Amino acid sequence: MSLLQFGGVTLAFFVLAAQAAPAPYPSTYQSPSSTPVLIRNATVLDGAGRRLDGADVLIRDGKIVEVGTALSQGDAATIDAKGRWVTPGLIDVHSHLGVYASPGINATQDGNEATDPVTAGVWAEHSVWPQDPGFATALAGGVTTLQVLPGSANLIGGRGVTLRNVPATTYQAMKFPGAPQGLKMACGENPKRVYGERKQAPSTRMGNVASYRQAFADAEDYQHQWQKYETELAAYEKKKEKDRDPAERPVPPKRDLRLDTLVAAMQGQVQVQIHCYRADEMAVMLDLAREYHFKIAAFHHGVEAYKIADRLAQEGVCGALWADWWGFKLEAYDGIWENLAYVDAPKNGCAIVHSDSEEGIQRLNQEAAKAMSRGQRAGLDIPPERAIRWITSNAAKALGIAGQVGTLEPGKIADVVVWNRDPFSVYALPDLVYIDGALAFDRHHPPVTPRSDFLLGQPGVAQ
Amino acid sequence: MNRQHMVALLVLSLVSLGLAATAHSQDVLIRNARVHTLTAQGTLEHADVLLRDGRVVDVGNGLAAAGAQVIEANGRPLTPGLFGGMSGLGISEIEQEASTVDRSALVDGGAAGPGFVPRPEFDVTPAFNPDSAAIGVNRAEGITFAMIAPTASGALFAGQGAVARLDGSDNPFVAASRTQFLDMGSSATDGVGFSRGAQFMLLEQATREALPGKPLQAGDVRLLTPTGREVFARYLAGGRMAFAVDRAVDIRQVLEFAARHGVKPVIVGGAQASQVATLLARSKVPVVLEPLLALPGTFDQLGASMDDAAKLQRAGVPVMFTHFSAGTNQAHKVRQGAGVAVAHGLPWDAALAALTSTPADVFGLGAKAGRIMPGSPADLVLWSGDPLEVTSVAERVWIGGRPQSMRSRQTELRDRYRPTGLTSGPAAPAPQE
Repeated sequence: MSLLQFGGVTLAFFVLAAQAAPAPYPSTYQSPSSTPVLIRNATVLDGAGRRLDGADVLIRDGKIVEVGTALSQGDAATIDAKGRWVTPGLIDVHSHLGVYASPGINATQDGNEATDPVTAGVWAEHSVWPQDPGFATALAGGVTTLQVLPGSANLIGGRGVTLRNVPATTYQAMKFPGAPQGLKMACGENPKRVYGERKQAPSTRMGNVASYRQAFADAEDYQHQWQKYETELAAYEKKKEKDRDPAERPVPPKRDLRLDTLVAAMQGQVQVQIHCYRADEMAVMLDLAREYHFKIAAFHHGVEAYKIADRLAQEGVCGALWADWWGFKLEAYDGIWENLAYVDAPKNGCAIVHSDSEEGIQRLNQEAAKAMSRGQRAGLDIPPERAIRWITSNAAKALGIAGQVGTLEPGKIADVVVWNRDPFSVYALPDLVYIDGALAFDRHHPPVTPRSDFLLGQPGVAQ
Repeated sequence: MNRQHMVALLVLSLVSLGLAATAHSQDVLIRNARVHTLTAQGTLEHADVLLRDGRVVDVGNGLAAAGAQVIEANGRPLTPGLFGGMSGLGISEIEQEASTVDRSALVDGGAAGPGFVPRPEFDVTPAFNPDSAAIGVNRAEGITFAMIAPTASGALFAGQGAVARLDGSDNPFVAASRTQFLDMGSSATDGVGFSRGAQFMLLEQATREALPGKPLQAGDVRLLTPTGREVFARYLAGGRMAFAVDRAVDIRQVLEFAARHGVKPVIVGGAQASQVATLLARSKVPVVLEPLLALPGTFDQLGASMDDAAKLQRAGVPVMFTHFSAGTNQAHKVRQGAGVAVAHGLPWDAALAALTSTPADVFGLGAKAGRIMPGSPADLVLWSGDPLEVTSVAERVWIGGRPQSMRSRQTELRDRYRPTGLTSGPAAPAPQE
């Protein structure tokens, strides 16, 4: 039986359950206090596709109030941004900061629960070390929001978490309020290598697919058990008090954290993020999603996404991609510089620059610049106001937070970067980064820059 | 004459033959370029460069040459070809496929056993494949030479590498660039006794064995093979040894070892090199940096920062760049790294020198190599814009005066999957061939 037959009832149960009890491990993020700011005379790329020259950005109460020319200052402090550029805060949809923290020593290898090919029950957030110094270097690169995912050793690696890039002693204090969790899945070489070397399933691509299918089939069965329980419970509770025999009260099925996650994916409560390089494998995963009624938010890495750019656009699936990584393994052998530009080209194309790297996350703007430039040379019309979407609004869409962040439209959360120049340049650096309207980074006043506890008092580290 | 000297002579004669073969190639006149000479002349605007017989023969204004192929640069930048850093180009096609990788004489962890034999005689250059697709991709990005470097797989001695000019020839190695590679510090302790002390113990033992005048007695425990002793002895006699090492105190130990035995060290990695910049400058020891390193990947790298290149340069240390994390396939990313170093305080000219004249000098390519002056090898790149800028691309590449193909697997795929309705880009360069 399919989800379509039971979906309504089951969905109702899970939604009710979610409403009845607060979500576990809740966000304790607090918006910082902020004072109104008027950024004046900048070149503004609003993330929604517009470029405004000589424009002002007004921020109040942590929100974007207005973008326009000659805005009135009111009580706002003024930042003269003549010659500078302003963009939304950057968003990385694929990071392992905190779960593969620096230094990359044995003790910090918390990103792959590589003990079983399906570990859908694990949550990356429970591995996040908030003292990873990589959060601060990412902030210095303009990153205000990031999704931390489990690694790709497993077919179904677990849940990802979307974080605000603020210094904190707990991850809960970084957790993006209201952002859906992600579900990390992986195609291809990694899972079959990790488990195949142990003479364990999966050792082939067909083994990979059989294992995803079995996991989702189990999840459907689990869903049906809950549905049956719900039906029986309703019937039991409908009985008059005197007719009820407490011994006959239906017993709920045992909760299975692994299957809970897969059911959540089938119900659209988590954003499915799939590590997948090859075009043909992405097509298999699209069929898997159809078979088990889940929606794929984005393919990550997708070095061959350009080969199926039209299909991805039609299906509304984003490609979260690198500018120039290629060839380090066979499934990455067909990488091209124009991948992002080709994926961006069709109507409804959704291209995203992702990092998967503590180095790359510091320069998402440069990765976008490389891809933009190569796309332009291939004949595509990609002005900066279009390419900036790859690291702002398109990323927000894939994370399910496009209503809150990713553009400078009025009412959005005031995550804002003031760049010293056109950000599509190797020489560009963020001068100022605002999160929720509060100054989170100031290149010229290092005390504003957060520094992890780990680096404090280390000889040789600038203090 | 021993075998190594014969090999060196053979290499030299092959290089000479290679130059002779280009003697009748057409002259090339590059007109109206922004010529970054990397000489005292600095940058020349609207200058012409004449290439003949594989070399630059003239740089100036209003040059003419009958029968020369004329390339109109329209003011665009012309630089020497760029250095791809410490590289696996030609010896590693796909890092995760062992059948395509020839970087190390030791299997992973192979050094840990009691039968550990350091192999300084291992020479990675015979494994070099000039037809590697990765070379084609990187050459079209302006990388014309690279240090083809063996890796130690955690075992202290990696062996010998040399600089290759990426001209597609079977033996593109520059004899004078031969370098002995060693891994030191935390990344190399597992294979050799789990202590940095063991690294220096083994290094001193190998040195004692190889030095003349200290003949081994029957029954002595020998670390090196006879060939290993012979080869290592040559490096101890003023040869060049590249030490992959990050921690400041380890760098100091390496410099002391080098001073004791008269070797020319090169520091590769050097995440904490800026902490010993004065010492490095005084000893004239060059550093090959990863300019994008701003996080401690290990405890040895605490304090690494994107302004390290600027600090070392200010102190007078010769700086070069490499890109470790993406390795072979993205050797070209050194160009972006150089630009980032500029954004963090390195003078632009010094950044370009780090990719051209400095590696040419450090690795013995000749006083005119890595520069654009009469007599320079005609290894040149014409850029669409600022050569350190990520939005610029190499439009034309010459090695030894020969135009290099700007096609690669990547451009083939790009063109096969070009979105419908697009023919070619407005700014796409004219085909070369």
